[in-house]
Amino acid sequence: MNKNILNNEITKFENCRIIRNGNIVKDDLWVRNGVIINPEPVFYEERVSADVVVDCQESLIAPGFIDVQINGGFGYDFSSDNHIIVEALNAVRKGILRSGVTSFCPTIVTSPKEVYYEVIPQIKRDQGGASGAEILGIHLEGPFISPNKKGAHPVDFIKGLENGIETVLDTYGSLTDVAILTLAPELPKAGEVIRKLVEHGHSNGNLLHGEKAVSNGASFITHLFNAMLPFHHRDPGLVGLLTSQYIPQPIYYGIIADGIHTHPAALRIAHRTLSKGLVLVTDAMAALGLGDGLHQIGQLVVEVKGREAFLKGTDTLAGSIAPMNECIRRFMKAAEVGIVEGVEAASLHPARLLGIADKKGSLNFGADADFVLLNGSIPEEVEVLHTFIGGRCVYSDPSAKSIVCQFCC
Amino acid sequence: MKLVILDDSDKVSEWSARYIIKRIRDFEPGPEKYFVLGLPTGMECYDKLYHRPIGSTPLGTYKKLVQYHKAGKISFKYVKTFNMDEYVGIPRDHEQSYHTFMWQNFFKFIDIDPANVNILDGNAPDLEKECASYEEKIKIAGGIELFMGGIGPDGHIAFNEPGSSLVSRTRVKTLNQETILANARFFGNDNNKVPKQSLTVGVGTVMDANEVMILITGAHKAYALHMAIEEGVNHMWTVSAFQQHPKTIMLCDEDATLELRVKTVKYFKSLHAIHSTFMETAL
Repeated sequence: MNKNILNNEITKFENCRIIRNGNIVKDDLWVRNGVIINPEPVFYEERVSADVVVDCQESLIAPGFIDVQINGGFGYDFSSDNHIIVEALNAVRKGILRSGVTSFCPTIVTSPKEVYYEVIPQIKRDQGGASGAEILGIHLEGPFISPNKKGAHPVDFIKGLENGIETVLDTYGSLTDVAILTLAPELPKAGEVIRKLVEHGHSNGNLLHGEKAVSNGASFITHLFNAMLPFHHRDPGLVGLLTSQYIPQPIYYGIIADGIHTHPAALRIAHRTLSKGLVLVTDAMAALGLGDGLHQIGQLVVEVKGREAFLKGTDTLAGSIAPMNECIRRFMKAAEVGIVEGVEAASLHPARLLGIADKKGSLNFGADADFVLLNGSIPEEVEVLHTFIGGRCVYSDPSAKSIVCQFCC
Repeated sequence: MKLVILDDSDKVSEWSARYIIKRIRDFEPGPEKYFVLGLPTGMECYDKLYHRPIGSTPLGTYKKLVQYHKAGKISFKYVKTFNMDEYVGIPRDHEQSYHTFMWQNFFKFIDIDPANVNILDGNAPDLEKECASYEEKIKIAGGIELFMGGIGPDGHIAFNEPGSSLVSRTRVKTLNQETILANARFFGNDNNKVPKQSLTVGVGTVMDANEVMILITGAHKAYALHMAIEEGVNHMWTVSAFQQHPKTIMLCDEDATLELRVKTVKYFKSLHAIHSTFMETAL
């Protein structure tokens, strides 16, 4: 919520369709003090009208997108730019507004202890606004992962959980502003650590490890299919968690729908198995928003060629460079779903995963007024025209028609 | 009394909307002079023969008014409204409340000042006081210029069920068994969940309006129309009271004329050209 506009002014967004409760409805969106409000009691009890009316020109309003796994972008990398981490955060949180992301979890990949001690205290949960998307908390991906499924993580810094939670605290320093911790569930003492924290990925673990982890409170499988054992019919691995009968709560799983990290057929299998758990993540790296060439990710050098990013000189995928709206578009095409499901996988589902669905991920009354205006005539293209945080316009596509709004950019 | 016979309910909605627009425009309302409009709720009706919902006529009128408002043809800035009725004891935002109906189908789309909207409060701590103050508010507003209403198949207007006094004022009214059964489908088919009482303006309250426009559409209301205009004033068909109102327009569709005498229909159809001029206004 944007505290600097607590002036009780009511803004009504009209001439739009909105995504609400799994449907596209023709309705207006009313906002006050950065929060979406129910206009009916305003009309009958307060007996007042909207102070500002915004003509949305037939656009489609979707909840702001939430990216729970993003390593950097626009030339910055959260893990290796540890000396200029604030500058990196500011560049990324502002840059991702153009893809409709209104809140995110900056992600730190496997790093040496010194990096954690320098970077973690500088990334604070922070409300969004004109300066960029809201920081929901850090996503720590590693170092407690499987050396056999390290992906782009530097193997030298991968470690085990020798002293359980003590090792975790000693490695990271502080967990105050951490929202997600990715670890391999098969590591010794993982169960105890998960119970005390609460997610997993980069794993060589089997289904039993996964079920145990979920029973202990884990709720997320980081980038399903990537960096884990493949599905096998006698040993389904973590992928089997999607249909497990032995876990107490629904499991969420990240999907990098950039068209490269996950084959469309694999994406369909996951989606048709457990559509409500699918969380779109960009897993974007420093080259997001840049172009072809060499870029730094963590302690390694990555080469971007076209839509793909590899560790230099290898064929190992190093992270995605597709922005969130493109991921939604590719997901919709691959899973053969409409805009509502596409948007929910990038808003409602991550919000539920993080336990913040009352405030984020929907356009329900009482939720934060974080939303995107999409081109209503071609919803399947997920073309972001304007991005709003706390009811304020924080990004407008240069080619979009300006909307009548006194505080728009 | 005038009877305007139109082809179908859609034409009735159009005619009524245009008549309201013309009356508001001719009135030239302003900050010192508000046009006071009485409104029906017009919940969806139900076709018992074919078991399907039929869109109500007032709902069609609201839709047309919203369209004309969006097209910039009519403003409600200087209009005050009084609704006819509301259930007692269901939350204001219940999906079947008349507050909800009016908000969802009309008020949210137009430029009316919320302070000028009046609907009876079925949750008021003192219902009789609420009714008395409603009458008082109408009086303070200068009386109702045009009251639009619909009727039920039993000829009731607002919740003035058969047998209501024809000089009644706004009051608490117990619903008859037929209305409760008919409304059960809106309340999970459970008769016990249907409100048993309502607040409603009286027949006398509507009679006090300068002009009354009543919409009657569908074959299921044909007998009610016959009783309303071809028989005498009768408290068992409360809408018949408007035979004695100096300025009443009844709007009906062909289906609703099925029980009328040929003579009646022919007479009013011969006046159609004249009646049509009443709602003519540049749009």
